[in-house]
Amino acid sequence: MDLKDLYRDVIVDHNRNPRNFGKLEAADSHAEGHNPLCGDRLTLYVNFDGDRIREAKFEGSGCAISVASASLLTEAVKGKSREEVRRLFDQIHALLTQHDADVDLAGLGKLAALSGVREFPARVKCASLCWHTLNAALSNATQPVSTE
Amino acid sequence: MSAAQPTMTSTTALDVASIRRDFPILEQRINGKPLVYLDNAASSQRPRAVIDAIRSYYETDHANVHRGVHTLSQRATDAYEGARDIVRNFINAGDTREIIFVRGTTEAINLVAQSYARPRLGPGDEILISALEHHANIVPWQLVCEHTGAALKVIPIDRHGEIQYEAFERLIGPRTKLLALAHVSNALGTIVPVDKFIARARELGVPVLLDGAQAVPHGPVDVRALDCDFYCFSAHKMCGPTGIGVLYGRRELLEEMPPWQGGGDMILTVSFEKTTYNQLPWKFEAGTPHISGAVGLAAAIRYLQSIGMERIARYERELLAYATERLQEVPGLKIIGTAAQKAAVISFTLEGIHPHDIGTILDTEGVAIRTGHHCAMPVMDFFQVPATARASLAFYNTFEEIDRLIAALERARSLLS
Ligand SMILES: Cc1ncc(COP(=O)(O)O)c(C=O)c1O
Repeated sequence: MDLKDLYRDVIVDHNRNPRNFGKLEAADSHAEGHNPLCGDRLTLYVNFDGDRIREAKFEGSGCAISVASASLLTEAVKGKSREEVRRLFDQIHALLTQHDADVDLAGLGKLAALSGVREFPARVKCASLCWHTLNAALSNATQPVSTE
Repeated sequence: MSAAQPTMTSTTALDVASIRRDFPILEQRINGKPLVYLDNAASSQRPRAVIDAIRSYYETDHANVHRGVHTLSQRATDAYEGARDIVRNFINAGDTREIIFVRGTTEAINLVAQSYARPRLGPGDEILISALEHHANIVPWQLVCEHTGAALKVIPIDRHGEIQYEAFERLIGPRTKLLALAHVSNALGTIVPVDKFIARARELGVPVLLDGAQAVPHGPVDVRALDCDFYCFSAHKMCGPTGIGVLYGRRELLEEMPPWQGGGDMILTVSFEKTTYNQLPWKFEAGTPHISGAVGLAAAIRYLQSIGMERIARYERELLAYATERLQEVPGLKIIGTAAQKAAVISFTLEGIHPHDIGTILDTEGVAIRTGHHCAMPVMDFFQVPATARASLAFYNTFEEIDRLIAALERARSLLS
């Protein structure tokens, strides 16, 4: 196990300087994620443009892995349709849990930095918390998104 | 980063190097580094004497207890009941009938909650606990309150993690039907000055339960000197097996309490019309008990006594003082729990680094600590932290291991802060 595999530069950077951190006032949808075991808590906010995510932000507190994962998520989902987000979720899930995952790492861009997490089974939940929270936020907003 | 400092050595005559050889598990490497086990408050490790006693019991003496005339059953019964007397002597109870074998501290507290408190309490009555309790000394009382309409009252703690005595004096009163306190806090290390709390409760005729899970492993405990009514502890935190623990109860109270589980062993006669219950302590031990667990617990007690509980306490105080001093040198480190009297438990946070990351990084250095809420979420809320990292020490830990902890924390800082 190499720590540098878990705490890659991208992860360390996004933990120190989380992107899209803060509350999204008048969000179209939001959801809360909580990992009672380690006390991680985050709230994820999304705004839509039709079927596409226009903006995503998060706030909360957690370990480096959960904060970096959420920060990377908010960058990655911007501009994606629900269907694209669903496919991304499946890929991240496979990346975090399967050793022989058939995932296009290059296509994932910065998110590929999360691939080191699967060597640390106790930490997989930290990385996946925000993704499950995003799913909840998306299903909260099943109605056509208002433009207000 | 500070250079490695010369390691302090103990002035206590405890041959830790030789003690460590008694613990096979400590010999291994984790992630390529010699294991530094600092999660003793969660569960301690077992010396060979305990492992051997359990193996020998299964290889030569095992049968069910209290039931047979054959030789093995007699031996198993002798081993099991012999263990009870070793426990009695260890905590200086007056009578083996006051020693009930249970699964652990949690079950001991639940037994008292269900069998002592639940039948007696009603609306208007109160159970008094403190804000530093483990969930095991909170939730069983909440269940009782739900069933009976009684209320749970909580004595606040101060910023050092000490229970506020003046608040206690205000809260205890004619409505109080039970006082349940930790003897030592698992999350903060506070040694609760239980004597003065018990003395006041006595004056008011309020029975007292002590959660001794973190006290028994680290120093002498004398239930008669404490003058408490119930005392609970777990074998696995004191070098014994998992799945067994002890409820000590004052005999007059235990006699009045109904059984809380029914089955074999806890009865004298059974017919469909009427069943008569067994005497103490078996009244509270329904079903085949954890015989090998009792054997292992007895071996653990003999092992601890061969070192001496006073000497263990003294050595651990030195370790604690050294660890506290070294940890305070780590920039950004804050110790949570700074009571005047502490057991060798140190909870801390490190600025800018979540405890979970500390735990992972330390593990890759071979250092095992605990991170999280330590089953004491109200304590985390009080100190306004989501979690802490916790190093908890035992008599087999060394000053060098504290240095390893410090070095691993420096590694965490260089990686993440
Ligand atoms: C203070 C305290 N009380 C109760 C318990 C519960 O002990 P067990 O899980 O062995 O029943 C613990 C152990 O974590 C503890 O530290």
